[in-house]
Amino acid sequence: MTSDITRLSASELAAAIADGTVSSVEATRAHLDRIAEVDGDLNAFLHVSADEALTTAAGVDSRRASGEELGPLAGVPIAVKDVVVTQGLPTTAGSKILEGWVPPYDATLVERIKAAGLPILGKTNMDEFAMGSSTEHSAYGNTKNPWDLERIPGGSGGGSAAAVAGLEAPLAIGTDTGGSIRQPGAVTGTVGVKPTYGGVSRYGLIAMASSLDQAGPVTRTVLDAALLHELIGGHDPRDSTSIAEPIPALVAAARQGATGDLRGLRVGVVKELSGEGYQEGVSARFTESLDALRALGAEIVEVSCPHFVYALDAYYLIMPAEASSNLAKFDGMRFGLRVEPAEGPVTAERVMAATRGAGFGDEVKRRVILGTYALSAGYYDAYYGSAQKVRTLIQRDFAAAFAQADVLVSPTAPTTAFKFGEKLDDPLAMYLNDVATIPANLAGVPGMSVPNGLSDGLPVGFQILAPAKADDRMYRVGAALEAALEKTWGGPLLAQAPELKTTELTR
Amino acid sequence: MSTISRDEVARVAGLARIDLRSDEVDRLAGELDVIVESIARVSQVATADVPATSHPIPLTNVFRDDVPQQPLPQQDVLAAAPAQEDGRFLVPQILGEE
Repeated sequence: MTSDITRLSASELAAAIADGTVSSVEATRAHLDRIAEVDGDLNAFLHVSADEALTTAAGVDSRRASGEELGPLAGVPIAVKDVVVTQGLPTTAGSKILEGWVPPYDATLVERIKAAGLPILGKTNMDEFAMGSSTEHSAYGNTKNPWDLERIPGGSGGGSAAAVAGLEAPLAIGTDTGGSIRQPGAVTGTVGVKPTYGGVSRYGLIAMASSLDQAGPVTRTVLDAALLHELIGGHDPRDSTSIAEPIPALVAAARQGATGDLRGLRVGVVKELSGEGYQEGVSARFTESLDALRALGAEIVEVSCPHFVYALDAYYLIMPAEASSNLAKFDGMRFGLRVEPAEGPVTAERVMAATRGAGFGDEVKRRVILGTYALSAGYYDAYYGSAQKVRTLIQRDFAAAFAQADVLVSPTAPTTAFKFGEKLDDPLAMYLNDVATIPANLAGVPGMSVPNGLSDGLPVGFQILAPAKADDRMYRVGAALEAALEKTWGGPLLAQAPELKTTELTR
Repeated sequence: MSTISRDEVARVAGLARIDLRSDEVDRLAGELDVIVESIARVSQVATADVPATSHPIPLTNVFRDDVPQQPLPQQDVLAAAPAQEDGRFLVPQILGEE
């Protein structure tokens, strides 16, 4: 039985907690109950921290009772992707090599969440070390899509997206290296935001590709994403890539957008990110969304980004190269798994190789080997260096396109959620899922996926890209589109999701 | 036909310190061709006149004042170690392997 509390958006729940209609303990308990009911099927959570969450919730309730002024999301529970380190809570990044690891410190964004009084419900499932587009590469089993349990929830942040879509958490944290917040958002009917690179601290994120990784919100509404983004964003002296200036006023932008006036705004349709290769229903919803934006006063123009066709290739040179370097620390010496070689001398080097051979899954091995090859003697300039040149060309494409349009738009992913196993044997087909999201990571610009309807009963996402540090612009457009579409649907898209059967959690 | 040989995969796996089973070496030899194809396409536009960009935003070194701070307690650091002894990480033999 779904409680009314778990159907509320985070901002609605925050308002109910603020005016005393619902306590944070009640809200947290309602979501923990929902997790207990449905997560046996969904497998969105790798670890549920019920006691810690309820303790935080009780603390917030008593602080509120004593008249303390609290932040806008105080008391609203949240789920955190398991690639973000949490002091005292197990953190595995979806990998066997970190099974049972309990970090001794918090990521900066977790510190901010805790300081703002959000109870952490637990850690969400993901592709191992965030490598994948379907959450089929988790060492702890697939996460299911709440819209259809036979289908993928997207990846690598499938757990966070499924938790939010499955009403297990009103808010979640994801990370996006090539689309891992936006693509799961699209296929689960949730809002996913990749902030400007450097807009949210990466301190305490287990890095895959440092020049591409960015943490951000997964939510049910654009306003909720803005509230969470403002909470976790802003400068962090512990991250050398953190932008040393305030983030724009995102909540105000979302509220302004929701009024539905986009007059004077130029929306650029990226020619290379639509049309051929996109599922018919995805293209149809995209066209309808453009019509909705036009009706709000926006001017639609077509822009061309000719080098985007090279983005996937450049990404698959840069990402494994950086991953092979970042994952070198998993060596069985100071933390995590240690495996001794089956035969021969037990030396440090042989223990490292045995540990990594046993502890890493197929996709991680594939990417680390690819990256090691690309960085090995004689190949560095030709491989990594050439890919970095494409990055320059893509940045130039964005600059030229943003000279013609305020925001750029495309479908978030070429298709709706596919069935488990459908693309597992074909890494290239899997990689194509990220074709529309990857350019933003290479250039560092912000991107958002907003639900824009269904195709054959499955959610479709609409991607909005803005210039670096102009995240507020995409919140304005996203909120305007959301408000217009919800008017035609008569409520949020998630209300159309099928009821999940409730099976008591046995794990 | 794979352009990257099994021997090459085995050599790279050694560099990456990952023990691979024989069937994994076979599979990866085929899949590494992806990178060769990618570089062929990227090379069409990555010409000498295009500068490389290593990072989405310009980076400068960040320094903090050299002030002593309280580090993590030693036991917290060692708590996750696969093995420890006398307040230190206990690791397999490092020297004298050759």
